[in-house]
Amino acid sequence: MFDFLQGYDLLGAFWVTVQLTVYSAIGSLIWGTLLAAMRVSPVPLMRGFGTVYVNIVRNIPLTVIIVFTSLGLFQTLGVSLGADRFTVINFRLAVLGLTAYTSAFVCEAVRSGINTVPLGQVEAARAIGLSFPQVLRIVVLPQAFRSVVGPLANVLIALTKNTTVAAAIGVAEAALLMREMIENEAQLILISAIFAFGFICLTLPTGLFLGWVAKKVAVKR
Amino acid sequence: MNPLKTGRAAVAVAAAVVLSFTSAGFANGATGAVPRDHGEDEITVGIKYDQPGIGLKTPDGTYTGFDVDVATYVAKELGHDPSDIVWKEAKSADRETLLQRGDVDFIAASYSINDERAKKVDFAGPYLLAHQDVLIRADDDSIKQPSDLNNKKLCSVTGSTSAQNVKDKIAPDAQLQEYGGYSECLTGLENGVIDAVTTDDSILAGYASQDEFKDKFKLGGFKMSNENYGIGVQKGSELKAKINTALEKMVADGSWDAAVEKNFGPAGYQNEPAPKIGVIVK
Amino acid sequence: MRKDRPTVLYDAPGPRARRRNVLWTLLFLVALAAVVWWVVVSLADQNQLEWSKWAPFFTDARIWETYILPALKNTVIAAALAMVIALPLGALLGISRLSEHRFVRGAAGTGVEFFRAIPVLILMLFANAAYSEFTDISPDIRPMYAVVTGLVLYNASVLAEVVRAGILALPAGQTDAAKAIGMRKGQTMTYVLLPQSVTAMLPALVSQLVVIVKDTALGGAMLGFSELLASVRPMSANYGANTIACFTVVAVIFVILNFALTTFASWLEGRLRRGKRSTGAVVGAGAVEELATPGEHVGPTDGAK
Repeated sequence: MFDFLQGYDLLGAFWVTVQLTVYSAIGSLIWGTLLAAMRVSPVPLMRGFGTVYVNIVRNIPLTVIIVFTSLGLFQTLGVSLGADRFTVINFRLAVLGLTAYTSAFVCEAVRSGINTVPLGQVEAARAIGLSFPQVLRIVVLPQAFRSVVGPLANVLIALTKNTTVAAAIGVAEAALLMREMIENEAQLILISAIFAFGFICLTLPTGLFLGWVAKKVAVKR
Repeated sequence: MNPLKTGRAAVAVAAAVVLSFTSAGFANGATGAVPRDHGEDEITVGIKYDQPGIGLKTPDGTYTGFDVDVATYVAKELGHDPSDIVWKEAKSADRETLLQRGDVDFIAASYSINDERAKKVDFAGPYLLAHQDVLIRADDDSIKQPSDLNNKKLCSVTGSTSAQNVKDKIAPDAQLQEYGGYSECLTGLENGVIDAVTTDDSILAGYASQDEFKDKFKLGGFKMSNENYGIGVQKGSELKAKINTALEKMVADGSWDAAVEKNFGPAGYQNEPAPKIGVIVK
Repeated sequence: MRKDRPTVLYDAPGPRARRRNVLWTLLFLVALAAVVWWVVVSLADQNQLEWSKWAPFFTDARIWETYILPALKNTVIAAALAMVIALPLGALLGISRLSEHRFVRGAAGTGVEFFRAIPVLILMLFANAAYSEFTDISPDIRPMYAVVTGLVLYNASVLAEVVRAGILALPAGQTDAAKAIGMRKGQTMTYVLLPQSVTAMLPALVSQLVVIVKDTALGGAMLGFSELLASVRPMSANYGANTIACFTVVAVIFVILNFALTTFASWLEGRLRRGKRSTGAVVGAGAVEELATPGEHVGPTDGAK
């Protein structure tokens, strides 16, 4: 029944999906937090940049961003991210595109988390003479992150699903393999079921686990 | 105003928004769904829309290219004025289906005759013998023969067999990048991140003939395969014989040469002589 | 309100803080300028800034009539169709999830969780192949069918959660009052809960439309659907490989379209939250991001209370 799987690296494709997810998640967590810091910072120019960035990126289709990394960044601007082979270049470009896109959502999640920190905390921190970076780093962000585990989990799951868009520039992840298999094998239903199952295995446990973590670490007020 | 009314007003607003969206497009958005009734003089021809030199939809809404010229000539011989031709896009993957369903009367869309396709549709012609080739930068001297493609960066379109051919048989160490269309490959070729674009030489010549690419690109001239372009018709169609007659006449009266010169000339494309009808070069 | 919260994160700047802010501004400006400069110079190096590559968009109406507008129309049609079909389906699923019958609740819940757990591209690829294998749909509209089908399957399940959240966001007093005047369950739903929740959901619905519009681009890149993104290909084939210019224009159109929708959503949300006549229950525009993924989400309507 599963003879048609011969010759296809199913696990390899999903492994690429996982790698795309992990690298992009780390990248967007860092860049997204920086963006959030910019959006609440005392420097108007940074606030403006953060706002414009988030509003533009959230309103562009991810597909446009991903295809642009290949046609614009790589082909036209010559950014190859230190790699020489297409497979590596495309993978890194996809991570870059996914990071640029996902950070906007991370930024908004973190910012909403900052808003949950009670005023008194911030005032107390300022009263003892902490500067803005200190207020953020020592008082606000640690609390904010605990309250945004839930929203960030959603961003992570959305990211896992979004990695399929990398197929548009030929990254050999799950969706690209699925398309290839559909074209070559007459087992449409079974093939689709396998890939659906694969993604459920990736997204559902993440959601359940992080949901549990979110409850665990939530700041009780 | 009670909540019930606000609710209804909201529904109305939502409905209005949605309606204004759809009504704008419904009118002719899905014309393809309606089976066309064939007018007395109309003939529907499937061509490529995005291949300069072969079949290209121009900004005026007109069509140019070698396939278009051949199809127009054939249609004329079949008794249809150019104005009676209804053009339809025939993407590579859709060609057999379009013919089998009767959506088009015939297809001239860089359609190579092969055994697998011949099981599903009939071919008139061939009307052009093309070869798989590479397009390289005009100043690139490092690619002189097919084996030079090893370690080079190749580009082709998704689902095309040509690039895979090169990688499997000729240059196993070549790297392969696939995009949705050839125009994406050309940007990379121009900018030096891609070394060669591979597909049929006729298609490549069409791109190289475009004004903005003149003198920038050249054909490798490798002849890595034989592609016999035929005109696809429905299995068992009586059109096949008529189209063959028309093609023979086109070659005989010089229109064939004129069309080749017009569409591929500027690229310095060394075309094969007009193929004999029914003779497929393997 | 907490609108002005960020400003309490730091004191009103004194002379030193002001100097520091100016310094940061300058540093940031230099960094930003360096990036912009690099982009412009690289683009110019590759001849991508030549006026001839950009001019057609301003001087040649045909580029709009032949390529962009028909493509935009396809994008809008696909998005609108997906929304119109997904909404009633979603409402049905959402209400089923609130049913008192465990079986109905379970079935609807499974469907919703399933379609939220897998990528919409997988659904589109499946629909495209299924239509070509099992139906007689013409190849030239099949991509649109596939895109709309994929979008409907996914968005119906997201909208189900929006509807459910909208109903749950209403004060319990509404149901109690309906019961008190002797309404049956069905009546309570159709006359009391649904109409009010529709108002509450509006921002989320508009916001979801943005998601749908964005996802149509997948069909252009992967299925050969002639939508806005896909119009880059024939355009650049005709206007001298002005890929960057075409791309920029297409991206700007997407941003304008979606930004208009987003702005409309937050305007609606603000209006509904401030509104004195309604229950004040709102499923905010931001909730759809949360409801788009599988799993139970605690209090997507928190902001309302």
